[in-house]
Amino acid sequence: MYGGGYIFDEPNRKQQREEQLHDDPVKLAAFEARIARGEKIEPGDWMPVEYRRQLIRLIEQHAHSEIIGALPEGTWITRAPGFKRKLALIAKVQDEVGHGQLLYNAAETLGKSREAMINDLLSGKSKYSNVFNYPAETWADVTVIGFLIDAAAIVNQVANSKGSYGPYCRALERICYEESFHLKQGHDAFIELATGTPAQKAMLQDALNRWWQPIMHFFGPPDKTSSHSEKLMQWKVKMASNDDMRNQFLDAYVPKIWELGLTLPDPLLKKNADTGKWEYSDPDWDLFFEVIKGNGPCNKERLDVRKWAEENGRWIRKALMREDEMERSALPVA
Amino acid sequence: MNDSLDPRVNRLRLDKNDGSFKVEEGENWNVFEVFHQEKRGAHHEHVGCVHAPDASLALIFAKEQFGRRKKCVNLWVVRSADILAFDLEDEDMFANNPDKTYRDASGFKVMEKINKFKAQTK
Repeated sequence: MYGGGYIFDEPNRKQQREEQLHDDPVKLAAFEARIARGEKIEPGDWMPVEYRRQLIRLIEQHAHSEIIGALPEGTWITRAPGFKRKLALIAKVQDEVGHGQLLYNAAETLGKSREAMINDLLSGKSKYSNVFNYPAETWADVTVIGFLIDAAAIVNQVANSKGSYGPYCRALERICYEESFHLKQGHDAFIELATGTPAQKAMLQDALNRWWQPIMHFFGPPDKTSSHSEKLMQWKVKMASNDDMRNQFLDAYVPKIWELGLTLPDPLLKKNADTGKWEYSDPDWDLFFEVIKGNGPCNKERLDVRKWAEENGRWIRKALMREDEMERSALPVA
Repeated sequence: MNDSLDPRVNRLRLDKNDGSFKVEEGENWNVFEVFHQEKRGAHHEHVGCVHAPDASLALIFAKEQFGRRKKCVNLWVVRSADILAFDLEDEDMFANNPDKTYRDASGFKVMEKINKFKAQTK
């Protein structure tokens, strides 16, 4: 799952932009022509400094989102209702952690070590998808995550898989295949609650009400407020605008929610018959930025758990370490 | 005190962390490229990589990462450092491959000659 259209950037990138001005103009033109022809960029290729930096940022934060995203769902493995749901949830959580590995590898091909990425996650320098800073309070939350957050992530990831960087596209191809199972099992569990007892329906409606705002936040701020997209679109790093992806998601999934007799907590939500676009109330964007800054309900717990895992896994990583092997360290080649 | 919804998280006593923990460079081991064989008789195809302390553990991680669903009969792993590849900048050395029609069946127009011969000998 779990890209999320919004990728956090540090506010002051002036120095980097200066560097970008010094990219060799001949090489830059050849690079841009290659992308315009629809060809992929591979790890050994020349690339602009800013392209490399933006891709590391994008793929690294995508990887962190997979790993952190496994936490709210993993919480429910011990309490999943029934053997079949438990098996599916274990498989899904394992997939998410596997996706994290695939994406870290893709980011490593750009020259940032996995250790540096993990440290940046733990220190809070690097972000992950904001939705995972919210708790999964009941089993219904797990079905909302499995169905709707995964659906939103698929919209984002299918778009990104047509991007320009070869290793990222290849990782996403595999990820999207596995996501189709996540979406289906989520939808199945979601329908079971929606068509179940009054108590099950009420539990699902409550979860939906709580998750709707984070879901509307998922694709990031509206296009009119987001900056530096044009170059990233030309370089095929960003493949669709936040509003376009949000609209695509609403178009595909709001009918699937409504058809089950559920409601969404937004009285303005409707499809404009003339424009074909969805209209909705603006979610609270101040809250969105507040949660990104670290002040959401679960930010601290998520990072503390990751830190605990790294710290307490160290002894076994060291026990398995072979000094004679370490000298041959290298980055992944593809 | 933690107040997580997850009892397992509450048992970890997370508040003891002082924030100074850092993963050391190299702590996540080496990188191995993974090759996947879908069925007997097929080529092994490159599918991605894993981090592992040595080749035998890389194979176990590769099984988890690339062999946990769909068909697989065999996996190879090889250290990324042991892969030798051409520079991507040298890709022009293959540029005239399509011109070498003499290396291709389609470069030999036998029917034209046969038809010409038949026309002459009629």
